[in-house]
Amino acid sequence: MATLDGKIPAGPIKDKWTLYKDMVDLVNPANKRNIDIIVVGTGLAGGSAAATLAEQGYNVKAFCYQDSPRRAHSIAAQGGINAAKNYQGDGDSVHRLFYDTVKGGDYRSREANVHRLAEVSTNIIDQCVAQGVPFARDYGGLLDNRSFGGVLVSRTFYAKGQTGQQLLLGAYSAMNRQIARGKIQMFNRHEMLDLVIIDGKARGIIARNLVTGEIERHSAHAVVLGTGGYGNVFFLSTNAMGSNVTAAWKTHRRGAYFANPCFTQIHPTCIPRSGDYQSKLTLMSESLRNDGRIWVPARLEDVEAIRSGRLKPTAIAEEHRDYYLERRYPAFGNLVPRDVASRAAKERCDAGFGVNATGEAVYLDFAAAIVRYGEEQATIKGEKDATDVRIKELGKSVVEAKYGNLFDMYKQITADNPYETPMMIYPAVHYTMGGLWVDYNLMTTVQGCYAIGEANFSEHGANRLGASALMQGLADGYFVLPYTIGGYLSKDIRTGKISTDSPEFAEAEANVKQKLESLVNNKGTKSVDYYHKKLGNIMWNKCGMSRNEQGLMEAMTEIAELRDDFYKNVSVPGGAYELNQELEKAGRVADFLELGELFAKDALDRNESCGGHFREESVEVGGPQDGEALRDDENYAYVSAWEFTGKPSDAVLHKEQLEFNDIELKQRSYK
Amino acid sequence: MDNMNLTLKIWRQKNAQDKGKMTDYNVTGISEHMSFLEMMDVLNEQLINSGDEPVAFDHDCREGICGSCSMFINGEAHGPVKGTTTCQLHMRSFSDGDTIYIEPFRAKAFPVIKDLIVDRSAFDRIQHAGGYISINTSGNTQDANATPIPKENADLAMDAAMCIGCGACVATCKNSSAMLFVGAKVSQYALLPQGQVESKMRAQNMVAQMDAEGFGNCTNTGACMVECPKGIDLSNIARLNRELLSGSLT
Ligand SMILES: Cc1cc2nc3c(=O)[nH]c(=O)nc-3n(C[C@H](O)[C@H](O)[C@H](O)COP(=O)(O)OP(=O)(O)OC[C@H]3O[C@@H](n4cnc5c(N)ncnc54)[C@H](O)[C@@H]3O)c2cc1C
Ligand code: SF4
Ligand code: FES
Repeated sequence: MATLDGKIPAGPIKDKWTLYKDMVDLVNPANKRNIDIIVVGTGLAGGSAAATLAEQGYNVKAFCYQDSPRRAHSIAAQGGINAAKNYQGDGDSVHRLFYDTVKGGDYRSREANVHRLAEVSTNIIDQCVAQGVPFARDYGGLLDNRSFGGVLVSRTFYAKGQTGQQLLLGAYSAMNRQIARGKIQMFNRHEMLDLVIIDGKARGIIARNLVTGEIERHSAHAVVLGTGGYGNVFFLSTNAMGSNVTAAWKTHRRGAYFANPCFTQIHPTCIPRSGDYQSKLTLMSESLRNDGRIWVPARLEDVEAIRSGRLKPTAIAEEHRDYYLERRYPAFGNLVPRDVASRAAKERCDAGFGVNATGEAVYLDFAAAIVRYGEEQATIKGEKDATDVRIKELGKSVVEAKYGNLFDMYKQITADNPYETPMMIYPAVHYTMGGLWVDYNLMTTVQGCYAIGEANFSEHGANRLGASALMQGLADGYFVLPYTIGGYLSKDIRTGKISTDSPEFAEAEANVKQKLESLVNNKGTKSVDYYHKKLGNIMWNKCGMSRNEQGLMEAMTEIAELRDDFYKNVSVPGGAYELNQELEKAGRVADFLELGELFAKDALDRNESCGGHFREESVEVGGPQDGEALRDDENYAYVSAWEFTGKPSDAVLHKEQLEFNDIELKQRSYK
Repeated sequence: MDNMNLTLKIWRQKNAQDKGKMTDYNVTGISEHMSFLEMMDVLNEQLINSGDEPVAFDHDCREGICGSCSMFINGEAHGPVKGTTTCQLHMRSFSDGDTIYIEPFRAKAFPVIKDLIVDRSAFDRIQHAGGYISINTSGNTQDANATPIPKENADLAMDAAMCIGCGACVATCKNSSAMLFVGAKVSQYALLPQGQVESKMRAQNMVAQMDAEGFGNCTNTGACMVECPKGIDLSNIARLNRELLSGSLT
């Protein structure tokens, strides 16, 4: 079995990135003008990369499937972005952010990458403020922070509940400046459908113009993928409807290894599903766990009374409530990491304590926070004799200022008022830690093809901490890739323009056209959504919050069968060379049907529980950690990188052994 | 209500050249908990199963933040509920037996591409003309806390920055003006010290591009603010006008 080279620079961890930057080859400005870079995806990662590369002088061609870069899925991120600024003076530091991230990821990430991320985190905030990102501020005019799960400091910067929006609009504005200068050529409503490799190097892509259906060839000296995560393999997730794995998967099929596909984050606080027609799930930001307390009734008779509508949650006395996170994890309480919180909710619901009709919901309650803030405000305002009603009123306005838009969103969807009654929440698929394997330079195993943001297997190991995806996306795009890609491109300054008139481009284009035509000519009987929902069901039931050998083996077979059925019976109305949204979906689902199988295979291989990956065969028995996930460092302290060999089930495993020199491998306890 | 039957009158237009027309459809078994777009999914599934072409419409996040969705429902941009996008509208706002008219956002500067999808790239081009602060990504900008910003201004900037670029303001305005959209961006930067340096030039350039794209003039009717799903305030237009005025005086 081959081993992978992460190309981690030598030197002490603190100095690796600095030394690297000092030594990396640069491309002189005159030569940059002769170099083209394709950036696929304009979310936080792709958008920030496109803007920065263009500023540096490269010719950038950027692609996204939406009608504008401003609509990338990053726009939906709510809660915030981490940075080791230590503005709160609560003991934060680069080292602590590094440590928290490695521990939070359950020791399945690469130390050197994570340290670099923590180092550049502070630049991100400086950069965004300079761009005009309106982060929340306190009355002194300085930046405000909040806490997220899995950490003991307050290092999360935010812009109301719309942090992703504001950061993305910042990157979009930086792109706009370069579009105006002619340094970025923007291709909206374009979807990458294949990667073109010439002489072993990524030299371009095949893209479909989604308005005309035309298939286009685009060449460049390097290709960067910032195409986001693949959570939609579960059909229902908090991702945007169009989020997909297609670009990454096609690249995998062309030789890029796919790493840790089974590492998926199931987010504990989402609005529970309401019916079979459900098209997506909505996240309620983790920031709510700063103030919300999570509970279920302690008595089954109360659960029944609630389900039948005879009892309101607000009528349940304190002593009959089970604040199970505070009970099980006194040190972190409601702010345990996501994987822990999700499993704990599932455990309660499986035991019969779920509080809605489907039995899949727990409460997130703000009543205590409203009173606490109300009392604080009454004191500040000198209202010594404030009544309970007044205190609640004051408290509600504080909560509204912090989370108003999230509460409104909840109300719109459920028609319930969370100021008066606890929210109902349940875990949902949210983020994928797995993705294309990259080395320290963020290069995939295909020369000249880079992956950034959620699309790569990233710095988050087996579980991502809240507010760290935005940090990683912008770190990759603004501060890491622009350096690392120079080292590669410095060897390409004499190559000259890459022609699209080559057999490699012709082959890739023919391949894409053939696939599209076979889909529209299939004339089957079942819709694309029918297959996507079926796939989602298999994934959720057998590759979801808890997994076992038998289920995973069944999942592999069932997905392979579903894929065969899809190619026989799918119906895609309309033509291949026109605007055709069903065809867009069909292509994406076809790729999910392959990825899903690799996902199950990866989960099967990893017979340990770590982070979001919970194997029922691997739990602690007895002692204070009874029932908690059991990691197996002796056998599984590696990154699984899969090589495509024709069928997902035949993928070949390559291991990158993880070494922990600066952080001691420990059981991850939040007790 | 779990079982609504509805009549839909939907704009169908094959492509930009096609003339387009309203077409009638029936959907049954609609639950009040469905979102409007999930109701459209039901219709499309029905159309696909009977071998017809589904209705094309823009959507992505389905949580009111990406600005993709854009339907004109019963004569209102994003439908009857204030402060919501089409994707956040739920069927509980409708009743069994209703007839619902569904059309694209219409404006000269937003040509129809297909069915309910319009081309809003004019909005992007307005942003190219000045929707940014001219700084490079060096990582060596000053510390983020070096310049305190009064909370009030930071909050107002945030309110303006919440615009999702959906175009409801334009679709609603009898003049198809984009002043609310432009005013929001100009205000966000004008309220922050970082953005003030280029503020006047920015306002002029963005408005010039707006005019070039064929958006109409603002006659202060205020319909845009009423239909704006993000509650972008008219004061942003006033601020834009102030920037323009002071810009032309100096
Ligand atoms: C509801 C929600 C809330 C979140 N909140 C937070 C938070 O508070 N803090 C945090 O740190 N993280 C949060 N996250 C996670 C974070 O938002 C994402 O991980 C991150 O934004 C991903 O950014 P990205 O640039 O990698 O990809 P994306 O933003 O997903 O962008 C992908 C881009 O690729 C393009 N694309 C995809 N496929 C193709 C193709 N085949 N051809 C052409 N273009 C393509 C798309 O058009 C898009 O431009 C949240 C996620 C969700 C779902
Ligand atoms: S101002 Fe309001 S209506 Fe206009 S584009 Fe922005 S969010 Fe949409
Ligand atoms: S689909 Fe994103 S705002 Fe409606």
